[in-house]
Amino acid sequence: MQLNKNVNLKSALTAATCSLLGTQAKADEDNDWKFDTALMYYAENDRVTATEGIISGTKEFKDEHFLNLKFTIDALTGASATGAVAQPVAQTFSRPSGKGSYSISPNETPLDDTFKDTRVQLNAQWTQPLSTDYVSSAGVHLSKEYDYLSLGFNGSISRFFDRKNTTVSAGFSYSHDLIEPEGGINTPFSEMIVPPTGEKDKISNDDSKDTTDLLFGLTQVINRKMIMQLNYSISQAQGYMTDPFKVISVVGLDGYSINQLYENRPDERTKQSVYWQTKYNLAGSVIDFSYRYMWDDWEINSNTFDIRYFIPLGDNYIEPHVRYYMQEAAEFYRPFLLEGEALPQFASADYRIGEMDAITLGIKYGMPLKRGSELSFRLELYKQTPKNAGFEAPGVLQDVELYEEVEAVIAQVSYSF
Amino acid sequence: MLTNFKLSIIATSVIIASGCSSLGVEPWERDLLAKKEMKLTSSPIDASLDDHIYFSKEASSGGRSFAGGGCGCN
Repeated sequence: MQLNKNVNLKSALTAATCSLLGTQAKADEDNDWKFDTALMYYAENDRVTATEGIISGTKEFKDEHFLNLKFTIDALTGASATGAVAQPVAQTFSRPSGKGSYSISPNETPLDDTFKDTRVQLNAQWTQPLSTDYVSSAGVHLSKEYDYLSLGFNGSISRFFDRKNTTVSAGFSYSHDLIEPEGGINTPFSEMIVPPTGEKDKISNDDSKDTTDLLFGLTQVINRKMIMQLNYSISQAQGYMTDPFKVISVVGLDGYSINQLYENRPDERTKQSVYWQTKYNLAGSVIDFSYRYMWDDWEINSNTFDIRYFIPLGDNYIEPHVRYYMQEAAEFYRPFLLEGEALPQFASADYRIGEMDAITLGIKYGMPLKRGSELSFRLELYKQTPKNAGFEAPGVLQDVELYEEVEAVIAQVSYSF
Repeated sequence: MLTNFKLSIIATSVIIASGCSSLGVEPWERDLLAKKEMKLTSSPIDASLDDHIYFSKEASSGGRSFAGGGCGCN
């Protein structure tokens, strides 16, 4: 019964994919489509909730010529930190649209609970050998949500050396993003008008961003049980990188909030990273360790350690996972501005570019089924601990939580067939 | 002192070079490396979902693959 369902589902997806591609499905084809699907639920305590579904289909057309098509859809609802500081008194804020307002209780971190968005993403990637020693890959992506559009393409080439034990690769990607936020592109440091009048101080309705990435990699088989990868990447973004929904509080020397200004970030950012990964087969179980060091010209540095341990349990497997992340604050991160001080050129109170540690603890359980299919479950707990990067809180700000922890649960079911 | 330093660099280089010459496997020794769990990205779907979460919630992205564009506003 289950088997029939699998076959039917696969036939239906194959037919759908083929009709999209304008080709004919052949039931007896040797190299069938292989599908990876997943449904993920992400929930923060009292904040954002997201559900994301992915269907990824891969087909080998002839010797190692692969087409991968991926469809992603996600829905997001809930509340997001605005950047404003908590206060010992109730606060009222205007919605990003400039229409409507909301109130925050005393001592609560201000969250805007109007976020609701659905995103659809399509990826297509073609990979093929160019000769016995070269493999190339090229792809495109499109991602669309209510107020955001991202279009991009990528290409890479890999060269094998020494019985394919060493692989040297180089890749690039380019992405052009358009944002048309509710309420428009705010004039930098313009004041949030409370109560809202329906009018906003904005410079335009939309803006754009271009991102170019280069990635260079070296993969080396060490021995029968061990493989290593070392990557260097550089990513340059130009354009609108301010978050149109974030504000920064101006506070008096007594710590009481006077008003809220819309944040302003630089329109250029160059990120670089070094990534090292090792996989080691330890008598059937597999240790997967990776480390990434990232630095950028916003003066954000981060260290990421990730370890997964694949343990076979008969035909099934279990995989514990620990990830530890530490970042330093951007040079223009400010939890608040003080009344009377000259406005800096750039400032943002978004905790996501402030000093922070984060830990993820997870476990995955996988069950191979008949005909090469597999069902797996993943449960992860993610906790962010924002930190004070050396700012002295005046007056009443000493008695409120300026760096609130965020906890999230991630639950995922995956099915490959 | 400098000589010792130079000697240690030469010694280290020789050790690394001799180590490198024994790196890798013959094609018939790839039984373990060929397993799915030994692929560098053994679950691309998990990696893609994780990249989306951490890109939206932290100030870093990329490294394993392209950092890419996107909003991550919430």
